[in-house]
Amino acid sequence: MQYASQSVAKPYFVGALGLFVVQILFGLIMGTQYVVGDFLFPAIPFDTAKMVHTNALIVWLLLGFMGASYYLVPEESETELHSPRLAIALFWIFLIAVLLTVVGYLTMTYSNLAKITGNEYWPTMGRLYLEQPTITKIGIVIVALGFLYNLGMTILKGRKTVVSSVLMIGLIGLAVLFLFAFYNPANLALDKYYWWWVVHLWVEGVWELIMASILAFVLIKITGVDREVIEKWLYVIIAVTLITGILGTGHHYFWIGTPEYWQWWGSIFSAIEPIPFFIMVVFAFNVINRRRRDHPNKAATLWALGTAVMAFLGAGVWGFMHTLAPINYYTHGTQITAAHGHLAFYGAYVLVVLTMISYAMPQLRGQGAAASNRTQVMEMWSFWLMSVAMVFMVLFLTAAGILQVWLQRYGADPQPFMAVQQEVALFYWARLLAGFVFLIGLVVYLASFFAKGEPVPEKPAAQAAG
Amino acid sequence: MSEVFTKSMARNIFYGGSLFFILLFLALTFDTHGTLPERTNTGNLTEQVAHGKEVWEENNCTGCHTLHGEGSFFAPELGNVYTRFGSKKAIKAWIRSQPTGIPGRRQMPNFDLTEEELDAIAAFLKWADEMDTAGWPPNVQG
Repeated sequence: MQYASQSVAKPYFVGALGLFVVQILFGLIMGTQYVVGDFLFPAIPFDTAKMVHTNALIVWLLLGFMGASYYLVPEESETELHSPRLAIALFWIFLIAVLLTVVGYLTMTYSNLAKITGNEYWPTMGRLYLEQPTITKIGIVIVALGFLYNLGMTILKGRKTVVSSVLMIGLIGLAVLFLFAFYNPANLALDKYYWWWVVHLWVEGVWELIMASILAFVLIKITGVDREVIEKWLYVIIAVTLITGILGTGHHYFWIGTPEYWQWWGSIFSAIEPIPFFIMVVFAFNVINRRRRDHPNKAATLWALGTAVMAFLGAGVWGFMHTLAPINYYTHGTQITAAHGHLAFYGAYVLVVLTMISYAMPQLRGQGAAASNRTQVMEMWSFWLMSVAMVFMVLFLTAAGILQVWLQRYGADPQPFMAVQQEVALFYWARLLAGFVFLIGLVVYLASFFAKGEPVPEKPAAQAAG
Repeated sequence: MSEVFTKSMARNIFYGGSLFFILLFLALTFDTHGTLPERTNTGNLTEQVAHGKEVWEENNCTGCHTLHGEGSFFAPELGNVYTRFGSKKAIKAWIRSQPTGIPGRRQMPNFDLTEEELDAIAAFLKWADEMDTAGWPPNVQG
């Protein structure tokens, strides 16, 4: 850590990991409800558990992005953060708003929450991922504005780099696109059309810019490869991301009331959406192979490579699997969608945040470049436990999804939804089991922060060959 | 990558390409807007239907169900429930009769809806069923 103000990242990372635990616990509740339908009913109905699961995910990733930005921008700009106090204040405002919202989800019916928060005056609730009361959404905008102001002022007074510029473009895009969450027309088709401007243009657009810039930053640090080389890769990745991803939104416009021409635009452009993820894999392996130093934080290197590979599998391969319109006609809104969502979010965004935490935490905790060997070994175990568990969850969901398509939509004698759900229950049990393995991985991960042992010191510039 | 392809070329492709595709996307969006009145029968989008959408939202229906394939995969598709059930009356009766209380089965809460809200949500689901979704879903099971 080169600048004292980078330390504001630490509470963001701790808060993010706390919500990660919440997310997984509610995921396990949902996984159980899939096979024991009345589990915890009526105390925690499925929709409540799902809101907590997905909202906790989104918020902890946002906290992770913010922490990563507060760590990255001063170092890139070679100056202290504009206002560390603002950063800390915004952290508490955000965290308290989120916790109040979650308490609201859990302690009252959703319609009551809507009433109490005055949803009738500006209805924005009740749409997937955007379930937060309107007042929470306004809070998110205020926090985002303060955050962007703080980073913007820091970048303006310091060195301008491609990494911080791309990060900033991604973050501004994130904030601007979120404004569409406030637009909720009565026409369902129009509502869905702009809902995707938040959801798709986030995760298959501007979030990828944030992800690529964080990955580029960590790779510059751990490989010592020339910045010029990495910056060129970064531009190529984000260029292909937006060239494919913007019209790729069309793959959500096949069956929601929008014109049939979207089946062509959506199929063609989303078919090439895996390319930026593939370039990221090539990029990560390429620069690590050409590294000019051996960074003592081996765990961070594993997380970084894992991010590139799992993002390609989850977002790229599992996305492509059901993105062509003639296939999507049968798979739309099945467990195949769920499988893709899980692997994509885990591979791209969970792992990139954990990569940054792995790289930054030893420095934030005053351990120097890397934590102890014991910590790193535990981190690596948790990487493999969580990643393998996730891959199995996704394979089971994919199997369930293929059966679902066959029994409910494609076969000669289509059966009702609930009948099909019972037929595929075996795969839901298997998915639940994999979910518990994931939890074990998460526990090992959290325990790694408490592992004993001497930090691994940085070796005196041991030049790798070439 | 060799020096034939420079960083500034990559940067220009990023800015130029993004701008081009943003403009193309906006043009297609504009065109889509023009098709929606007919495809979604906005003539039938009454105040009652709009109110039904609010009831749909304020009870977080999408937290379990899909509507035109979007939402959650825990409970049946409702974009074509009007076709599947055959009448608004049947839809209302179903909502009113929840939860079933059958041990081990997935349960839908009772949302305590008024008669007026039940009428509204049934009208909303009928309107949604009648929009042109390019032939989706493949069959009546959703």
